[in-house]
Amino acid sequence: MTEIKSLRDLPARHLLGAGTPMCGGCGGLEALHQVYDLLGEKTVFVNAAGCMTLLAVYPFTPFRGSWLYTAMASAPAGAQGVRDALDILRGQGRITPEEDLQVVVLTGDGSAYGMGLAATSGAMDRGLDFLYLCYDNEGYGNTGQQYSAATPHGAHTATSRGALGYPGYKKDLFSIWAAHRPAYVATVSPAHPVDLARKIETARTRQGPRLVIALSPCPTGWDYDPAETVAIGKLAVECGAWPLKEYRDGRVEHTRVPKKRRPVVEYLERQGRFRHLFHPVRQDALLAEIQARVDGYWAGATATGD
Amino acid sequence: MTRTLLTGNGAAAWGARLARIDYLPAFPITPQTEIIETVAAWLEAGEMAGRLVTMDSEHSMITAAGAAATTGVRVFTATSSQGLLYGMEMLYAIAGWRAPLVLVNVSRGLASPITLEPDHNDVLAARDCGFLQIHCATCQEVLDSVLIAYRLAEHPHVRLPVLVNLDGFYLSFTREPVTIPAQAEVDRFLPPFAAGNIAFRAHAPMSQGVAVLGGAAYSYFRYQMHLAAGKALSVYDEIAHDFAALFGRCHEAVECYRADDADYLFVMMGSFATKAREAVDRLRDQGLAMGLVRPRLIRPFPVDHLREALAGKKGAAVIDQNLSPGRGGILHTELAAAIGCGRNRPMPLLASFIGGLGGRDITPEEFYQMARDLVEAVAAGRSPVPRLLYTDEELRGVRKLQGVAGSTGGERR
Ligand SMILES: Cc1ncc(C[n+]2csc(CCOP(=O)(O)OP(=O)(O)O)c2C)c(N)n1
Ligand code: SF4
Ligand SMILES: [Mg+2]
Repeated sequence: MTEIKSLRDLPARHLLGAGTPMCGGCGGLEALHQVYDLLGEKTVFVNAAGCMTLLAVYPFTPFRGSWLYTAMASAPAGAQGVRDALDILRGQGRITPEEDLQVVVLTGDGSAYGMGLAATSGAMDRGLDFLYLCYDNEGYGNTGQQYSAATPHGAHTATSRGALGYPGYKKDLFSIWAAHRPAYVATVSPAHPVDLARKIETARTRQGPRLVIALSPCPTGWDYDPAETVAIGKLAVECGAWPLKEYRDGRVEHTRVPKKRRPVVEYLERQGRFRHLFHPVRQDALLAEIQARVDGYWAGATATGD
Repeated sequence: MTRTLLTGNGAAAWGARLARIDYLPAFPITPQTEIIETVAAWLEAGEMAGRLVTMDSEHSMITAAGAAATTGVRVFTATSSQGLLYGMEMLYAIAGWRAPLVLVNVSRGLASPITLEPDHNDVLAARDCGFLQIHCATCQEVLDSVLIAYRLAEHPHVRLPVLVNLDGFYLSFTREPVTIPAQAEVDRFLPPFAAGNIAFRAHAPMSQGVAVLGGAAYSYFRYQMHLAAGKALSVYDEIAHDFAALFGRCHEAVECYRADDADYLFVMMGSFATKAREAVDRLRDQGLAMGLVRPRLIRPFPVDHLREALAGKKGAAVIDQNLSPGRGGILHTELAAAIGCGRNRPMPLLASFIGGLGGRDITPEEFYQMARDLVEAVAAGRSPVPRLLYTDEELRGVRKLQGVAGSTGGERR
């Protein structure tokens, strides 16, 4: 396992081809770039319906390795079929170890937090040896950013346009995954590439279910200038709204604890999806509630020594 | 070769075992479950090689099955009814992947109301998904059809998944004498699966199930599937011929019984056709030139075989164990289209009957009645209105249930 200390230790060139139909400034695509550079081409990406489905449009693919599009609900089951088949072929001596592939599930939050959750849970139950990369853009992006189970409280989406935005709360998928006690779970941010790379390296070298959620700022769905993607990704971590952490061997650890957290409003006010919390009237009560939830999270996290 | 008593489910499991399957993604559902339990027991006892994985749903099961088949192993899977429909999205998807696997469906009526007993609405809901369909009438046929299905699915001109159907309860749980062929003979009939260039490997990257933009590319791939399914007809005939030569059992795309010199026919599929066969014999005893035509292949639909079998007959009673509400029997619709199109040959008058829904029996008396209706319709020169088989006694029984439930039925209030 290569030790990654700084940006200098990261791969210098991108493996994933250019010219994808993704939006400019897509945080999810940036996360995929970083992950793919580390995993390399001996991979098969098993995809569920979402923005990334349009990466491979006949007859083009930006991947140097393989790709399997399944459906919205069952990418982890597709991974099961491929992994089992490769194991069977190796067991029978029909392929050499060099022919083997890393099986990587690639889905959005809509699939990971919702429709595909039973299939993911099943894959973990069965101890499937795979890596799951969820790019979390906090909504059903491909269909026009309706709210999903990953949408944060108060956000404006195509199906929550009211004065107070989305009434629900972002589901804690990290904890749901970790409760299955898989080999590895982590949250990452493409705006924090060193942290991301360390975690992918850890995941790569472990066996069993390994699951990673990448908060993926989405200029189209979150309504901000594509040039801001990195800044917004950093702010999400620095205000404490997106904690960077990992689960392994029964323990959760935060890999980056902001010493002094920035106020959450700094993160929110840069995104059009939260504009209604500031204009025409400032929704002080709601903003205070959002801040209090973040504070509450970190109070709990530090109290348990994570 | 051994001859023994097997249930339809047992015969399906033997088919999978003799086909030397590598992989079986599974999920329990009545009346299919015995198949996966049987294979699981063999695997645990080391009596066969392979891997069984119980998935979290049929949707996942069919996904895993397709994914494994396109990675290059021989895959078997099985389901029924609600399970088949739960996985419907993936039936279409993996047919498009051209995943050459075999899925056994044990027919069972669909909710609502919920039932465990058989009819064909489940399997016919999958009619247009791109799977080929073989329908069995006996336990022997189940075993043999699984072997034939692998040859068909994996044939380089076909390369499509195949569904083998058997009726719940009437076949799944009924013991019949079945000849289990010797492994060496089966190996001669069915060589190991050659995945060719459709497999995920490090040295040969492949993209599978990708998106297309525009109707031209989409239509191209859909037409390819259709043409391959069409080719499957002649390929099937060859395979059935090989099978008969090796094992002495003939499983034609369309089975005809006393049909050559018949004036009138029953046309139906599945295990209830054995009841029709009995009825044909009794009606012949009474001097009526009755015969039976049973399509085993439903996809591809053996139009020419059926036209051949029906040409020159006076009338055919099509008995559907399914119901398309607002239209009627699905086989009847298909058959009407098949005989209605193309060359000018005298074709029989069709009479449509619906029966055997949710496990309801079709009695010998009902077969005789259908034959009488058919003869009358031919004499009158007019197709009768489609009939829903039901007896006064059955209606009285349901009225009684309604009474118990505190309702007398809307029309009596
Ligand atoms: C069974 C099914 N239901 C709905 C859809 C429509 N659909 C396509 S992509 C998508 C959104 C997926 O959201 P997410 O997983 O978050 O990925 P994103 O679009 O944000 O990249 C939906 C609802 C579908 N393809 N399949
Ligand atoms: S909608 Fe968002 S997630 Fe989807 S491609 Fe555009 S920026 Fe990326
Ligand atoms: Mg999303």
